[in-house]
Order: sequence, then C-alpha cells, then structure tokens
Amino acid sequence: MAGEYLYFTELVGMPVFDLKHRRIGRVRDAAIVPVVDASRVDRVLVGGGESWLTIRYDQIRSIALGEGIALSDEQLTPYHEDEFMLRIGRDLLDQQIIDVTGRKVVRVNDLTFEIRNDGERDTLAMLEVDIGIRSIFRRVMEHTLPPRWIRRLQEAIPPNSIKWDFCNVLEPDPLRRLRLNISYEKLERMHPADLADIVEELSHAEREAIFESIDSEAAAEALTEVDPKMQASILEALEPEKAADIVEEMDPDEAADALAELEEETSEEILEEMESEPKTDVQELLEYEEDTAGGMMNTDFVSLPEDALTADATAAIEGAEELLETLNTLFLVDAEGRPTASIPLARLFVARPGARLKELAAETLITAPADEKQHRITELFDKYNLLTLPVVDEEGKLAGVITADDVISVLRNG
Amino acid sequence: MLKQIRRFRYQILVFLAVLGPGFITANVDNDSGGIFTYSAAGARFGYLPLWTLLPITLALIVTQEMCSRMGAVTGKGLSDLIREEFGLRVTFVIMTLLVLANMTNVMAEFAGIASSLELFHISRYISVPLSAVAVWFLVVKGNYKSVEKIFLFGCLLYVTYIISGFLVRPDWKAAAINSVEPQLMLDKDYVYMLIGMVGTTIAPWMQFYLQSAVVEKGITAKEYAASRLEVIVGCIMTDVVAFFIIVACAGAIWSIHPRDIGSAAEAALGLKPFGQYAFLLFSAGLFNASIFAACILPLSTAYTVCEGLGFESGVNRRISEAPVFYFLYTLLIVAGAGVILIPNFPLVRMILLSQVLNGALLPFVLIYMVLLINKKDLMGVWTNPRWFNLVAWVTVVVMIGLTLALVGITVRGT
Repeated sequence: MAGEYLYFTELVGMPVFDLKHRRIGRVRDAAIVPVVDASRVDRVLVGGGESWLTIRYDQIRSIALGEGIALSDEQLTPYHEDEFMLRIGRDLLDQQIIDVTGRKVVRVNDLTFEIRNDGERDTLAMLEVDIGIRSIFRRVMEHTLPPRWIRRLQEAIPPNSIKWDFCNVLEPDPLRRLRLNISYEKLERMHPADLADIVEELSHAEREAIFESIDSEAAAEALTEVDPKMQASILEALEPEKAADIVEEMDPDEAADALAELEEETSEEILEEMESEPKTDVQELLEYEEDTAGGMMNTDFVSLPEDALTADATAAIEGAEELLETLNTLFLVDAEGRPTASIPLARLFVARPGARLKELAAETLITAPADEKQHRITELFDKYNLLTLPVVDEEGKLAGVITADDVISVLRNG
Repeated sequence: MLKQIRRFRYQILVFLAVLGPGFITANVDNDSGGIFTYSAAGARFGYLPLWTLLPITLALIVTQEMCSRMGAVTGKGLSDLIREEFGLRVTFVIMTLLVLANMTNVMAEFAGIASSLELFHISRYISVPLSAVAVWFLVVKGNYKSVEKIFLFGCLLYVTYIISGFLVRPDWKAAAINSVEPQLMLDKDYVYMLIGMVGTTIAPWMQFYLQSAVVEKGITAKEYAASRLEVIVGCIMTDVVAFFIIVACAGAIWSIHPRDIGSAAEAALGLKPFGQYAFLLFSAGLFNASIFAACILPLSTAYTVCEGLGFESGVNRRISEAPVFYFLYTLLIVAGAGVILIPNFPLVRMILLSQVLNGALLPFVLIYMVLLINKKDLMGVWTNPRWFNLVAWVTVVVMIGLTLALVGITVRGT
C-alpha cells in the first residue's frame, strides 16, 4: 500500500521474523548507504542474542506497524562497522543538521519513513526529519505505550518536519564525508548572510569542515558576514593555503580586518600563501590602524584621468567586473593620482554620448585623509549623505574608498 | 625581549577577551540563598565554619574547570552534549527537573529582592514588579556583549561585602586560624550547617550556564589556558566574598550573642549597631546578588532547555523565531516574581523544594559531566588526566553524598 509511513522510533524495537515466522530478534538501528542511494534504508540492524546481524534491504519481504519485519531471505551476515554506512540511530538521531530551505540548524528528534512496495518487497525511504514538539513527545513516550496509541495521542500536536532532500548532514571528518557522500554544495547556493548565521551556531569542528569544503568564493562571502572574533578562529583553524584562497576572494578591506584579528605569525603564514596582487592590497591596508579611515577603506575602486570621456568610463567599468554589484561612484584623478572630482554613476546614463566626465562631476568633492578617526568618517557620511567617500594618503593620492556598508558595520558594532 | 613583551601583552589581551563566563557563574553562586546560608553560619557558629571554604573552593574549581574545558574544546553546551551522547529521554527528564528547580530558585531570588529593598522601606509590591520588568527588558532588548558587561559590573558590586566585613571589625586572628584549621564537632546543627554550605555551592544550573557562556563567547581550545585561569580566579573571588559574609556576621552577631537567623535581611539588621554603612552595604549587596541571579537564572534555563531539546534560542532572535525560548524565559520571571506578591505563599517550603530538586539533579549532571569529559572522540587530547579523574570522582562522590544528606535533612525537617 502506498503512502504508509513509519517513524524511526517505531522501527527500533520492531520484531524481525524469518521464513518460518520465528522471531530472530528486534531492530536496533537502520542505515542508509548514501553512495548507493541517498534515501533508501539499505540495512536494518537486528540484535539477536549477543551480536547484531545485518539485513540487506532486498532480504525483506514486508514491513508493517504492529506486525514487524518479515524476511524473504534468512542468510544474514553479522554486523560489521562499515564506513560507507550512515547509521540513523547513531549518526543522525539527536544530532544537528542543517535545514537548507529553512536556513537554520536543527536537531533531529525522529525520522519519518515511507514504506514503499515494488511488488516484490517493502522498502523504507527516508521522507522527513522530524523536529518539533510532536516528535519530542514520540521520543519520550517511545516503548512505554503501544505505537498506535502514541500515534493517536500525538495528533493534538502540530507536526514539524523537514524534507530529507533539504537536509544537510554535518560531518567534521573529511574522509568520512567522502565515504558518506556528504557535500556542502547546497550551502554554496545560500545567501552568504544566512550561511554565516548557520555557521555561527555550529561547533568549531563543524564550522571548519564547512569552510574547508565549500568553494573559496562562497566561503569568502560567508566569512565576511561572520562575527570578527569567529572569523579569526576559523582562519586560524584552516590550513594556511585554504585560508589564503578564501582571503584572496574577500574584499581587501574585509580581508585586512580579518587578518588583523589574528596572531601575527598566523596572518603572516596566510599572507605568504596568497597570490601577489591581492596580497599587496591587503598588506597596504594592514598598515593602517583599524579604527581609522585607512582601516575602513577598500582598495577596489574605479578611477580615470581628468580628461576621460564617457566611453572610457564604460570601458573601465567593464574591466572591473567584481565591483559591478556595489559600484556607485567613479573618481577622476590628476597626473599625480590626486582625486579631483567624483562622478555619480547614474549620471553616465543621462550624459550625451562623447561627453567629458568632468562635466558630470558632483559639485563638491569630499575626501578624508587615511588617518582620520572612524567616528569622524561616520559624521562625514551623515552630514554629506555620502554613498562613497574617497580616502587619500599623506601625499594626497587616492588610496581607497569607504562605502556606506562599511559605515553601517561600524555603527552596528560600535 | 621585545617579542616577550609582545607575547605577554597578547596573553593579557586574551585573558581580558575571555573574561566573563567564569567570573559571572562563580559570583552568581553567592545568590540570595548562598548569602543566607553563609550569614546563618556566621551568626550561629562564628568563625568555626571558615575552614570549609577551602575545600569548597577546590570542589568549585574542579567542576567549573571541567565545564569550561568541555565548552572550549567541543564548542557545544552541556545540554547539547548530554542530548547527543545520552539521548532525548534522559535530556528531557533532566531539563524538566532543571526548569522546576530553577523556577523555585528564581522565586528565592525575587524574595531576596523584596526583603533587601524592604530594609530600605520600599514595598515589595513596587520593588518586585519593577525588578521583574527590568530583568525581562535587560536581557530581551540588550545584546550578549552589553549584558555581559553589566553582569561583570554586578560582580564588582560584591565588594560591598568585603567592605562591610571590615567595618564590623571582626577578630581577624580567630578568622585566620579557623580558615586553615578544621573544626569538627558532632553537634547536630553544626553538621547540618556544614552540609548546607557545601550543598548551596555547586548547583546544577551553574554547569549548564558556564559551558553555554564559554561557547557563546567563542572561546576555543587555544585560548583555554586563559579561560581556565579566569574560572579559577572567579571561584576564589566567590569564596573570598563568602569569607567576608561569614566574618561580618560572626563579628556582628555571634560575638555578641550566637543565634539562629531566619533570613539574610535579618543578618543585615544585625549589622546595624556597627554603623549605618555596614548595614547599608550588606543590604545593597543582598539586593545586587538577588537581582543578578534573577537575571541569569531564567536566561540560563531557557537557553539550556532549548539547546537540549532543539528549539531555537538566543536573545538575538525575535520572539516569533524562538517562541519556546521566550515563553520559558518569561514564564520563569513571571512565576518567580508573581508568587512573592501572593500573601501567605509558602515560600520557605518552595525553597526547601528547590534544594531537594537541585539535590536530585546534581548527581546526574556531575556523573554525565565526568563521563562526557573522558570521551576521546569528543575531547581528543583534552580528556581528564588520570590524577584529575581521581580528584573529579572524589569531588563528585563527596558532593553527591553531602547533597543527598542535605536533601534527607530537608525532607525530614519539614
């Protein structure tokens, strides 16, 4: 019958019968083998006497609540620890997993299987992970009342479950992760801020496992959103090469902030592993005190010579692909690299073709020296309603820009 | 040389960075119940009980150290670990007992607030509702960092006891001798008092709170040395405060006429002949201790239960995101403060009940702690060394024995 379901709490303790309907033991645990099938229960482990026996899924004829499991083949093998096996009772129940669609960390109270019949045999398919009060009730009452009573009593409580397909199991050990076919790819598609929230809730080992295995770009974006102290502990725990890969992908200002939190030896190790271009950017930024304009600024910006035309601006923007999502201002600099004008990006769209950029400049140019204190910078942003503020070094050269989101972080953390 | 100075500076910074959890937990140990126990001991037996403070401090350090180590190494709270390693049913029973025990503890704290402010002629019908609202808002509207700062400031206010101890001008020589020389008497009341002092020292909730706070703070195994130092200093400071409470009551009450006192407020009144300041400081200390514990207990309980049972928790979540957390938190405050306003409420009974519940819970918690900390797959190289295990088990057995004795006496006494 299709649509019949079974809880893991009901599966555990179920009697198992051989071909002559003799009881050979009770179910102790069940396991899936993810490399073979991500949701089918592949083995059922039975406690018979001293040791456990393994039942393969194709040795089962029928599974029914109240009746137990009937076998179709009684050549059972003794249970051996098998690294490709994800044991539900041991590895999943009571552990934390990530609910990818709900974007949170949850703890597994129970699991719901569907009993599927393919004409020959019943198999169990992992359907849902149960997390709410209903499943707590089931666990607490487990084996104290007949299962059907528990099912009836629990109806008063609303269910709370997550589809198994949307769950991401956590496994800190990389070798085991490979054998269990656990990947964190689903996490890469999450919004970095959500991923950061999830990561903050996990233990060190799980956290490091995620940053170790997701791609460096997603890792960098998520790491940017994580609390600074935790950033440091994550970077410290990773291999320097991996940490360097991630730091390279971060915005230089964020990267410098993260590295500044580390002990000097560790941050030097990471810098050594970095490629030369992002490395120099970050090293320059590290020279500035953290609570000054220099410490807040980013070295990614678009600057053009004073006599540039709109076409030059378009070309320059095309060459700065990684900036496209956030860019809102262009700068003109003189021959010495000193900023002379700022061009709000939107004005480019309404400019006549072939116009000089100079004609599009905002009336006043506000700049700040690199050693300006943080609180003065926030004042400037407030006073002049800035989106982007250019920062100049001692010689007056354009060294970087501070954007509104940098100021918001400062205000929130201050 | 320069490197050494830098290294030293780094270590101090690390110590300051991890400052918080250990200090706060140890200090909350001197809550209104603790202050009453110490005052009563001093008022009735003078300087005789002082020697117990040394072994008490040791026991406190041993248990607290294990919790903070587990938190730092695993990055998980104690209730998380109990859940993951021992299953949901055990966790559920422990959490239920914990909520009940802590609810009665919260009642005791609000009673402390009421009686300490009544010394300043403020009616409890004003003080208790106001404090309850203040406590609720402080935690719900504040963030962890600022709340922790307020708590650390609260720790400083315990200094009032040290000052009032000096103002009473006790017999320092007797105090010094009795601190190191065990005084055993087979007087029934004396034995009860000793057990009471030890029994109030190590409460189940402290273990949960400390470990969660260490995790929340993001302390890692690397910073653990500093964190351990913090725990030890915190425990010592707590018992220094206890020392001064006993000495103050010995000097003020016992030296004039040994007697039994019925509440900590009565002890404060006993200090009045020694000047307005001694009285004021002692009463203010009682208020501080009570409101401090009234802040932490409900919060810690809600955290622990939600962690263990897998509900969303944390003050950085909105009420709709973590309904169970806020429900529990609010319930504890409302119930704790509410009963104080009911005329003729059998408060003494409730406090005795809380001692019994704590006593019933403590053996489980301590045994689980020692079992958990010896798990290689959890703790790696950070498991207990053999000599420490010996110390830990002796502490556990003695603590359990004394607590059960306290429960026995309490039950028989009522």
